[in-house]
Amino acid sequence: MTDIPEHLLRRAQERRAALSSEGTSEGEAAEPAAGGAGAGGAGEPPAGGDTPPPPADGGDDGRGGGSEGASKIPAHLLARSKAAKARGGTATATATPPATQAPAGAAPAPVARGPEGHTQRLLTVVKAGSIQDVKSTPSDKVHTWPHLLIGEFVAALVITAFLLVFSAVVNAPFLAAANFNFTPNPSKAPWYFLGLQELLTMFHPMVAGVTIPGMGIFGLMLAPYMDRNPSNKPEDRKFAISLMTLFLMFWAVLVIIGSFFRGPGFNFTFPWRDGVFFDL
Amino acid sequence: MALFRRNGNGGNGNGHRPSPAEKLAEVGEKVRSSQAWASIFRPGSIFRKGYTDSPRNRSYVIMNSLVYHLHPVKVKRHAVKVSYTLCLGGLSFFLFIILTVTGIFLMFFYRPEAASAWNDIRTLETSVTFGLLVRNMHRWGAHLMVLSVFLHMARVFYHGAYKPPREFNWVIGVILLTLTLLLSFTGYLLPWDQLALWAVTVGTNMMGYTPVFGNQIRFVLLGGVEIGTDTLLRWYVLHVLMFPFVIVIFMAIHFWRVRKDGGISGPL
Repeated sequence: MTDIPEHLLRRAQERRAALSSEGTSEGEAAEPAAGGAGAGGAGEPPAGGDTPPPPADGGDDGRGGGSEGASKIPAHLLARSKAAKARGGTATATATPPATQAPAGAAPAPVARGPEGHTQRLLTVVKAGSIQDVKSTPSDKVHTWPHLLIGEFVAALVITAFLLVFSAVVNAPFLAAANFNFTPNPSKAPWYFLGLQELLTMFHPMVAGVTIPGMGIFGLMLAPYMDRNPSNKPEDRKFAISLMTLFLMFWAVLVIIGSFFRGPGFNFTFPWRDGVFFDL
Repeated sequence: MALFRRNGNGGNGNGHRPSPAEKLAEVGEKVRSSQAWASIFRPGSIFRKGYTDSPRNRSYVIMNSLVYHLHPVKVKRHAVKVSYTLCLGGLSFFLFIILTVTGIFLMFFYRPEAASAWNDIRTLETSVTFGLLVRNMHRWGAHLMVLSVFLHMARVFYHGAYKPPREFNWVIGVILLTLTLLLSFTGYLLPWDQLALWAVTVGTNMMGYTPVFGNQIRFVLLGGVEIGTDTLLRWYVLHVLMFPFVIVIFMAIHFWRVRKDGGISGPL
């Protein structure tokens, strides 16, 4: 019921009120009359000359499209409608409110027919949204070219320029040829493994070199399956964000300590006191 | 001159000689209407029909080019915002391309043997045109890629972009991070200097502590019981062939899933 437009509901209400004031003896005739009133302007005959003016019961607000809609009605239907009108013409000829003439018009009509010769009745009202594929929230999209590609191109240019300039200025480390007989002190892994090397000072090598990194990678992979929170809003994810930040900070701090604060013998040192024992 | 007079203007006899610009335009027209040109560029390509700015042509630019493998014709407006992605995923991919190009250059001057590796790098730096620069770019680009992949992961996590339907792509991403580290680590040995040798010694010693098969893993990685020329060859092949091959496959899956899972994740 909620899907029926408001003006149709109002019209039906008015019709029902009018009929109940008529009396109970005309109840069976009131049925087609109400149906005809609900059918709107589609069934209105195109030749408006002999039709009575619409009744002043406020029910005409849905009939504005009558003359435009008429051109779409097949000719044989129009002819039939006209014939039916001619048959019931005695009842509908005079311009009086349809409620009063409905009982008279109902007597000769074997088919359901409205006060103005309507041969259709309202079965249901289908809202546009249910038959048309209307996206509830149209997404705001832009063309990949140029909006995205330009940005990517600029980013690529910037990183290329940065890399080129940096490489022209700073040389990659290239130490003496490999010598198995001379172990540099300290010996350090590549910087991204220095966190692990740092762990080596605290744990058994199996724990530091295999168990912890293995669990770290495995834990990362499982993250989306462990995090059951559907929200991606930072305020809803305080725990996840804290945990990840802790995880990242843990590695960052270890890498920084391993890189800058470990000197000969991998002992603790200060870079500003003893210099940096670190090559990229 | 005589050639122009005889053949140049279609025999209309008024002595009009086509200017170089007209000649060029004519040749260009001929090339563009040739079968070879049409076979290279798809129907609708801007290289066939020219480009004037219109919504239809903007779509054609993507649809008729390789970019269509990476991007749809249209993307969400917020996906274009640099402040959302910081371009980190794209930059990681771009750095991989730079590393591939510079790496191919380096391969021309390098032999993965203990006896020659260090000297090859020395020669590359001192007597090959742009050799030093390209090696520097390869080295710094590699560190930059490790960094950008790492930051990309952090960005994705903080945006909650690993949540359904993107869980599996996150897993692929972690694999890509691991592969990036492995690529960098295998490359670390190749200069065969003291830094390379002992960094890799430290790294492989750690892997040797893997429970149960520790020694076997170490043996396979080193191609022997200790680092030597076999290790160099092994890591060289891993670095220039195997890991790039594997990472490209995983990148393809990664990029494909980005699109299939509905583009990059929504705004917070």
